[in-house]
Amino acid sequence: MNAPVLRAEQLTRRLEGDVPVTLVDGVSLEIQRGEFICIMGPSGSGKSSLLYLLGLLDSPSSGHLWLDGEDTIRCDDDQLAALRLAKLGFVFQFHFLLSEFSVLHNVTLPMRRLGRHKPEQIEAHALQLLEKLGLAEHAHKMPSQLSGGQRQRVAVARALGNDPLLILADEPTGNLDSAATQNVQQILRGLADAGQTVVAVTHDAHFARAADRRIAIVDGRIDNNWQPA
Amino acid sequence: MPIQLDIALSHLLHRRRATLVSLLGVTLGVAFFLAVSSLMRGSERDFLQRLVDNSPHITVYDQYRKPHVQPAELRWPGAAVAISNVKPQVETRGIRSYRDKLDTIEALPGVRIAPVLTGSAVLTFAGQLQGVNLSGVVPARMKTVSTIEDKMVQGSLDDLASTPNGLIIGQGLVDKFQLRLGSTVSMISAGSEARIMKVVGIFRTGNAAYDESEAFTLLKRAQAILERPNRVNRFIIQLQDPHAAREVAADIERSIGYKSVSWLEASEDILSLLLVRNIIMYSVVAAILVVASFGIYNTISTIVIEKQRDIAILKSMGFRTRDIRRIFVLQGLITGAMGSSSGLLLGYGLMHVLAAVELRPPGVSDVVHMPIWWGPEQYLIAVAFAMASCVGAAYLPASKAGQLKPVDTLRGAA
Repeated sequence: MNAPVLRAEQLTRRLEGDVPVTLVDGVSLEIQRGEFICIMGPSGSGKSSLLYLLGLLDSPSSGHLWLDGEDTIRCDDDQLAALRLAKLGFVFQFHFLLSEFSVLHNVTLPMRRLGRHKPEQIEAHALQLLEKLGLAEHAHKMPSQLSGGQRQRVAVARALGNDPLLILADEPTGNLDSAATQNVQQILRGLADAGQTVVAVTHDAHFARAADRRIAIVDGRIDNNWQPA
Repeated sequence: MPIQLDIALSHLLHRRRATLVSLLGVTLGVAFFLAVSSLMRGSERDFLQRLVDNSPHITVYDQYRKPHVQPAELRWPGAAVAISNVKPQVETRGIRSYRDKLDTIEALPGVRIAPVLTGSAVLTFAGQLQGVNLSGVVPARMKTVSTIEDKMVQGSLDDLASTPNGLIIGQGLVDKFQLRLGSTVSMISAGSEARIMKVVGIFRTGNAAYDESEAFTLLKRAQAILERPNRVNRFIIQLQDPHAAREVAADIERSIGYKSVSWLEASEDILSLLLVRNIIMYSVVAAILVVASFGIYNTISTIVIEKQRDIAILKSMGFRTRDIRRIFVLQGLITGAMGSSSGLLLGYGLMHVLAAVELRPPGVSDVVHMPIWWGPEQYLIAVAFAMASCVGAAYLPASKAGQLKPVDTLRGAA
């Protein structure tokens, strides 16, 4: 069996304060290459908090997390940023495109930051991604000129820029209509079929049906008995 | 183009009005800095030039900086000695063997020297009396060390050589006594007989006190009037390099023993005043730039608040804390660089306008122009100060932006 892309062991995130809050409580999981996993659970259950931990955006209070075999607990902020840049891609509920930049410019951002390729190669790759997601004719438009679904597809294209090991999506369809939701669902499923590992947080059971595996989180813990309403 | 610069430019371009206000602040700050600095430094240089031109670079006096040790003190050091019936030696004051000492000093490179005997005398004419400071000079030498020849309105220093009892006096005294060229006056000093002198020259320096109280005659005539034959009591020295005066004066004093005072030493109070004036001037004009930097701080702080989501997404993409900080510091740098450039142009224009201003001070017939200093250092100081203010103002919000935790913003957005 191949080494997992991501392995979490007793991952816990606690917010200290007058009233300590445990967001994620002892979560252990493994994610294999090419898997499409949906993290589900009721509102406030800790789904997004777990995703932020898996995406190295937040640091666990305890536990271990290995990304592509590397123990991330030992990494400093710069090393975590380098791992996010080279190995992870994010899609959020709100597209978070930079409003001052064109669609093409937005997609090239992570590639330019990584600086692995020449500018003309970066632009060609970005155009290729936009074409793959049906946005080629919108490449030079500004984000404000696109629909919500189109913007989310641009965000997916941007997440794919550096050919990441893992795509992490936080409620990627939470702000979309049903047609756009279905479109994004198909895109993520297609990516997984092509060997891309995808982890998505969703509360949409219909969307989750496209996943290979569903992980339910209740009160910060994995609950295999939880069923969506 | 580096991606941080690209993002910094896009932020500035999308907040055009705030960016323009910040730019205007820096532009005006740099321009006023230049205008005030060039005027202040110009007036300082003008003042120093007048000081250097109109006063001796070095004056050697017939005094010693430290009094000679008395024989009794040498014999009984530290003792209290009472010696009765001691009479001080009567001597004619002045620089001893002045011709030898004059030759010694004249042998130094870049030195022009004139011997002078000065003393007090009283000028009388038609029952009027006026105390004057009489200077006995050698005209040929005096012309090389003094600007008095340039101030002559009638006659010249050379006329003293051709008229043994010739006298040159100021316009103030001429007006007071109602004299004219060729008039004869009587001159007397303490203990001497009255001598008839003929006015052979008139000078006007513009300094009323000087023009009323200074008089020049031949050195030999002054020695006779002041009863100090073959003596001078000062050397007036001009140097090719006035700024070497302190070192040359020290060399002369070591060489001949007499007190040698450079113009820098003589004007220490004025020079320290100018230093204080410069500090005040730079503080005031720097304050303008500091105020301008608040505009930049305000603009960049607003951008940081507005762009929290962008910062979060950039960090989630893999931008490091220092990448984010650099984006906002670059905004300060860009504003500073553009504001400085336009400020330099505006300031240069203001300097030309100031240089063209014509003034007619009361009592002066000539048109006076504002003294402007065009030295390159002030441009560098203005730009350096503007850039430091802008980067400093940008660094605070930039640092805050760099410290933002993406999770905090993303949780808030969800």
